[in-house]
Amino acid sequence: MSEGLVQTVLIALLGGALRVSTPFMFVALGECLTEKSGRVNLGLEGTLVLGAMTAYAISFHSGSPWLGVLAAGCAGAALGAIHGFVCKLPRVNDIAFGIAMMLLGTGLAFFFGKAYIQPSAPRLDAISLGGWSSDPRIASALQVHPLLLVGILVALAMWWAFANTRWGLLVRMSGDSAQSARAMGVSVDLVRFLATAAGGFLAGIGGAFLSLYYPGSWNQGLSSGQGLMAVALVIFARWNPLRCVAAALLFGATGAIGPALQSVGITQGYYFFNAAPYILTLVIMIGSAGSQKAGRDVPGELSITK
Amino acid sequence: MQASAPGIVQGGRAIGLETVGFSKQFGALRALDDVTLKVEPGSFHALLGENGAGKSTLVKCIMGFYRADSGDLLLDGREEKIRNPREARALGLGMVYQHFTLAPALTGAENLVISRADAPAIIDWAKETKRLDAFLDRMPFRAPLHVPVSQLSAGEKQKLEILKLLYLDQRFLILDEPTSVLTPQEADEILSLLRGMTDRGEITILMITHKFREVTAFADSLTVLRRGARVGGGKVGEITTEAMARMMIGDTPIRERAARQPTPPRAPLLELAAVYAVGPEGKNVLDGVDLKVRGGEIVGLAGVSGNGQSQLVEAMSGQIAIDDGCVLIRNQRFEPTREAFHRLKIFGLPEEPLKNAAAARMSVAENMAFRNFERPPNASLGWWLRPSAIRARARDLIGRYHVKTQSPDAPIGDLSGGNVQRAILARELSSDVDVLIVANPCFGLDFASVAEIRAQIMDQRNRGAAVLLISEDLDEILELSDQVAVMSEGRVVYVAPIAQTDRATIGMHMAGHD
Ligand SMILES: Nc1ncnc2c1ncn2[C@@H]1O[C@H](COP(=O)(O)OP(=O)(O)OP(=O)(O)O)[C@@H](O)[C@H]1O
Ligand SMILES: [Mg+2]
Repeated sequence: MSEGLVQTVLIALLGGALRVSTPFMFVALGECLTEKSGRVNLGLEGTLVLGAMTAYAISFHSGSPWLGVLAAGCAGAALGAIHGFVCKLPRVNDIAFGIAMMLLGTGLAFFFGKAYIQPSAPRLDAISLGGWSSDPRIASALQVHPLLLVGILVALAMWWAFANTRWGLLVRMSGDSAQSARAMGVSVDLVRFLATAAGGFLAGIGGAFLSLYYPGSWNQGLSSGQGLMAVALVIFARWNPLRCVAAALLFGATGAIGPALQSVGITQGYYFFNAAPYILTLVIMIGSAGSQKAGRDVPGELSITK
Repeated sequence: MQASAPGIVQGGRAIGLETVGFSKQFGALRALDDVTLKVEPGSFHALLGENGAGKSTLVKCIMGFYRADSGDLLLDGREEKIRNPREARALGLGMVYQHFTLAPALTGAENLVISRADAPAIIDWAKETKRLDAFLDRMPFRAPLHVPVSQLSAGEKQKLEILKLLYLDQRFLILDEPTSVLTPQEADEILSLLRGMTDRGEITILMITHKFREVTAFADSLTVLRRGARVGGGKVGEITTEAMARMMIGDTPIRERAARQPTPPRAPLLELAAVYAVGPEGKNVLDGVDLKVRGGEIVGLAGVSGNGQSQLVEAMSGQIAIDDGCVLIRNQRFEPTREAFHRLKIFGLPEEPLKNAAAARMSVAENMAFRNFERPPNASLGWWLRPSAIRARARDLIGRYHVKTQSPDAPIGDLSGGNVQRAILARELSSDVDVLIVANPCFGLDFASVAEIRAQIMDQRNRGAAVLLISEDLDEILELSDQVAVMSEGRVVYVAPIAQTDRATIGMHMAGHD
């Protein structure tokens, strides 16, 4: 009996990880790219919310959710571009400006999103990977959204590109030592501008997932700080895109602890378990702060470490 | 587009360069004043001058790093405008800066490939590795290419910097004090290779240096700058080193070498007892260091760079943790706190002082007050700072130690390399000193400053301070030390009184032979 319970909980955790992790993953990959180039963009929470709103609105008007996803990415890229442009001006602090961008992003989303709280827009469909199992719980847990697979592909591509392409090396070099890059005639500002815009694009897509798949509607309480926690996640993942994916899945699973326990009738401490991702964030930050390895992997130009 | 195989330098392609009337103003300071410099193609040209003379500024203007206010640049007799380092590179000009410019987290191979103007969008590492190996095979010295640059020693980094220029097929090489981080053997090896290449007409070299020995041994012509202006130059064989020295400093008297006064035997002031420290790679960077320094004595710690010397300094100053063993001062266990440094009168000069002992964006005056800003007269009640007192004291130190700065309020990062060194030494030597720990104190200093600083160190010894002198310059160790110790692989492997040892014995222990 209790074995069945454990199984249910584990399957629910797996389902939760696969479902909840996607926005974490996209924001973390975006932040990873930006930080690799030597900038911190704390505005990705705002980008996420604006992306969610844009995706929902465009999907509603055009009838095509994928067009919504693309639009969300573009909105994110626009916010990223603003951040990238302003931060290259002298004496602008990227962290402080990122916080301003976060407020701007959410503000814009709430302002333009008022009209879309009621109507229902076409959603994205999931692919079922659980067809082989006769267990309906597994089948429903393995409802995987294509964006999750896209995210994993993006992570693989980034990981490969950082080592094997000119752009990857330029991004790493700009993040590691701006002086070296400048001595080579590389425009560090341009590299960072592009990296921040591309990072914003990814974060915007993460937002599209929120409004078009899970939870799957547009309202002002849609994001619960995923955009901010993704920044912690990047540190935990030590600026490696593949570890970002793993960390996002871990965060997704912890986020599913509360609902999973509730589904088997354990309601005690529901709110406590719902706070699990935040507690995990704290524990991770404390744990990784003193780690020597993290110290070695951190891009040398980041203003949080300088 | 594929460049003709990089690194194959054909004969007769060296570039000649001429600056005509270069001037450059930094605020109120005239850093370059109508400088005319002529470097023949295929020559090995030395650029000399005291600290702050404007040598780095001149070559940075040539490279397009700074824009000269006026003046023309001729390459092979043709006038060229160079607006940024990329344009300089396209014209075949390459430079090794006074600080390293390799990206530390990238491997050597990554640094080399990405520095190419035609770096492919997608890098085929199998092919590139083969090409790099073929390139290295033609080079008389090599450097590890497949570990992150941050893990290389200073000498290896310097070799890699030069290899990078050759890999990029650059034919006019500017080297800003390239040998200051190298052992004399490494320096000779690299310079003689480069000399060979200039003799074959493959490259031209413009080298900034403070070492007359390198000028006479490797250069064939030279130019001397003083206070931003050209004061002389010519063929190397025709100018004596005395004449060069006079051109560099004018009539300023050089401080006499301080005499070693006999000091009575005293008790050890500084003692290291089996000090262990584990590095980031999990290896013991300090592997049981034992060492005693008595009052009134200079212990010179020799060793090839990267054998734990910098970690030893960091451990004593509290920058890295000591995992086992202890540091004793006057037979008491020493914890590196600010209070203890002050009470026990411990002072020091770490290597790379701009990074390790200064805050680059703070002013010279503030940097000079780091040791005592919270004490009278710099502050009242321990917290109310009095900038006027801090500035007055700085002005006094600047005068006494001949620090060349526009004002006490200039950021210390704007000073020339040698003057940062002097500013920090002024701070550390100006009060009562019991224990002095100095690492490569004369790194990158002109000969007059070297004489000055060595005399200061000797003064402290004569006054009874215990001095630990860590140096990669064996001549400095032999000149100053009472006792010589050698560090190798994180341990002190040899200690002897100066009278009972010689260069060859020390060199053997440095190389790891017993
Ligand atoms: N960016 C800058 N802003 C203001 N002053 C500067 C700047 N760079 C250099 N200077 C000043 O210009 C003068 C010449 O400096 P430079 O670095 O060219 O000297 P140097 O001959 O290379 O000396 P060293 O042998 O110590 O390296 C110094 O007085 C220095 O303080
Ligand atoms: Mg210089």
